[in-house]
Amino acid sequence: MNAVRRGRPQLAIVWLAIVLLAATVAAQPPAAAGELRWGGDPEGGSPYVEADPRDPTLVVGFDVDVATLIAKALGVRPRFVSVQFASIDASVKRGDFVIGMSGIEDTPARRATLAVTVPYYEFREVITVRAADAARFRALADLRGKRVGTLGGTIAYEILLKAQENLGIVAVSYDDDVHPYSDLVLGRLDAVLLDHVLAEKAMRRERGLATQPATVAVGHYVGVLDRGNAALRDRIDQILRVAMRDGSLEAIFRRWGIWNDDQPKLYARVRGTPTAAAGGGTDGTASEAAASYGGGPMDASTAVVRYLPALVSAALITIVLSCLSMALAVMAGVLVASGRVYGGPVLRGVLTVYVELTRGTPVLLQLFVLYYGLAEVVRLPAFVAALLGLGLNYAAYESEIYRSALEAVPRGQLEAARVLGLSERQVFALVRGPQALRLALAPMTNDFVALLKDSSLVSVLTVVELTKQTQIFAANLGSWVVPGALCAMLYLAMSLPLSRAARRMEAKWKAPTS
Amino acid sequence: MSGLVLDARGVTLRRGSREVLRGVDLQVGRGELVALMGLSGGGKTTFLRAVAGLEAFDEGTLSVDGVQLQPGSVPSAEVLRALRRKVGMVFQFHYLFEHMTAIHNVWLAPVHVHKVPRTEAERRARALLDQMGVAARAHALPRELSGGEAQRVAIARALAVDPPLLLMDEPTASLDPARRDELGETLTRLTQSGRTLLAATHDDDFVRDHADRVVVMADGRVVEQGIPSQVLTSPRHPATRQLLSQKKTPNAGASTHE
Repeated sequence: MNAVRRGRPQLAIVWLAIVLLAATVAAQPPAAAGELRWGGDPEGGSPYVEADPRDPTLVVGFDVDVATLIAKALGVRPRFVSVQFASIDASVKRGDFVIGMSGIEDTPARRATLAVTVPYYEFREVITVRAADAARFRALADLRGKRVGTLGGTIAYEILLKAQENLGIVAVSYDDDVHPYSDLVLGRLDAVLLDHVLAEKAMRRERGLATQPATVAVGHYVGVLDRGNAALRDRIDQILRVAMRDGSLEAIFRRWGIWNDDQPKLYARVRGTPTAAAGGGTDGTASEAAASYGGGPMDASTAVVRYLPALVSAALITIVLSCLSMALAVMAGVLVASGRVYGGPVLRGVLTVYVELTRGTPVLLQLFVLYYGLAEVVRLPAFVAALLGLGLNYAAYESEIYRSALEAVPRGQLEAARVLGLSERQVFALVRGPQALRLALAPMTNDFVALLKDSSLVSVLTVVELTKQTQIFAANLGSWVVPGALCAMLYLAMSLPLSRAARRMEAKWKAPTS
Repeated sequence: MSGLVLDARGVTLRRGSREVLRGVDLQVGRGELVALMGLSGGGKTTFLRAVAGLEAFDEGTLSVDGVQLQPGSVPSAEVLRALRRKVGMVFQFHYLFEHMTAIHNVWLAPVHVHKVPRTEAERRARALLDQMGVAARAHALPRELSGGEAQRVAIARALAVDPPLLLMDEPTASLDPARRDELGETLTRLTQSGRTLLAATHDDDFVRDHADRVVVMADGRVVEQGIPSQVLTSPRHPATRQLLSQKKTPNAGASTHE
């Protein structure tokens, strides 16, 4: 009794703590008073937004400074929200933060779906090549049949896709702005098309590169807000105009070493035009690049017609990659499992390390190591690296399935085979293996479907498969609804027949063998 | 070569500190049908497994139709290969290969071990199944067979490689009395054609009606042997008496000897 009484207040404290915690979390404001929540991708790095080397919980960069300037003028504190570059548009619509600023390009698609601020920086799309090629690759037209890389979902990527059609180059999409340049140095690419800010940053980082002086296109960085926040956008536009006039923007860009003569001209144009109408029409400074390359905003049915072929061919890559990876995984898995069941202690030890290492680390890390980490030693083409990465990763899981299946075959079956005079190899090939395979079939099917979906991870190796293509599609369209539905349909169209085929095979294998 | 197909002398087998076989002496002549009796745990099955080369023994000598097995670790691959041509085994639970039809079970070893052409091996397999009275079940899977059918397919499988010595563990366990006599006649026919049979069994009716000789094992040793009518009616060793009194009760119910 006494114990119970003493127990109650403790329980009450725990409950109180839970309620308070829940309340705190619930009250976590998308728009807390006194704060400007702004989003950016710290992976984008310097000079945009990057984690402060001295304190990784802080971010530094010109976008950070511009956000701070805006927050100050609004009389609030800036509060940074980290978000993936490709998700900024979707996140701002969800209300994760009020404004996204991370070297975001002004495009017609953004204008159609978001409230876009006046541009605060003008950049040029420039071509970077290896210094040795500087004389022969001066423009996209010189790069027929050559691989040209850029950041996916950007104006530059749209330009490359156009050039792929018109000029016969090969467009390669990356998830970040660092690896295109390192791959250029390694010879995996012949050129990179990106913002001059990024090109200059890369030139400082990598040796043996040359950036061509010619401007391929011109674009602008803007802040993006939800359309419901048009009024706030108008206030921010005012703040930016003031900052253009009083030199505080210039000071920021000078501090980051990216001020140039293009900016005063941009500012003069911006200041000469009224704030864009709510709902985001063009305000006269809409990106020339986007206007000429990206095309206007699309409705859903146009979008489907335009993107479906690309999605289908990306799905083809997904299915081919998955099938080949699975074949590799099955073959390697059988070898590993046999080695672990039949091999000597050394072989068993080595294989156990392989299996545990592979299962215990993320496949994403393995893909990176295989493609970028080993690049100094062996330069695997992206598709081969993807195939090897997925295949060898799944081989570890398959081998565990086969190992347990091999061990599940009753000993009597093996002894019966041995007494008949079958060699150990024949026992394995004729009795143990076939019986184990029947046991393994259901979990194998499961793994194949999982692999089909995991194949989306190889987009980090510049392989544009179904998920990546959907992301590009969604970024251009400014919405996930239609691309997401199409993508899901395509995945189902692949995985359902797979499951059915596996069931048929299972039924067939259960039938007699002669 | 002597007339002995099986010659075991002083076979001792230990599992850890436990001696499962403690110096088994047993000689079996060509064409004999010998029944191996004894209480469970007496070492019958272990002895059969040692003869089949499935288990290494620690002391003594074992010779099967001229193939010598030495005590110690598992026999070398070469000895094992020679042994497998001499010994067939029918397991108590048959262990038919579950993923193969009955007839495939039978022709598997002739084709893969003895390199008999597949059509020839299949023809012989069919003849064997016919001989065992299960030709109609040739294309059934093991799980579709009754216990008696599986038993006969297992015998056909063991006979397919034509071993001089056939070991059987509880061959009548899954048979009703009529089937048991059928099996007895089949086995007798086999011995008449020169095959030697050693069957571990608890079934004294089967032993009385069909075996040439009965060998009683107790506690890892051979304790008594002789022709079935003698041993089973006037057992000399206490273990044999205990065995007979125990076995009568569940099997025949009506005639209890105590």
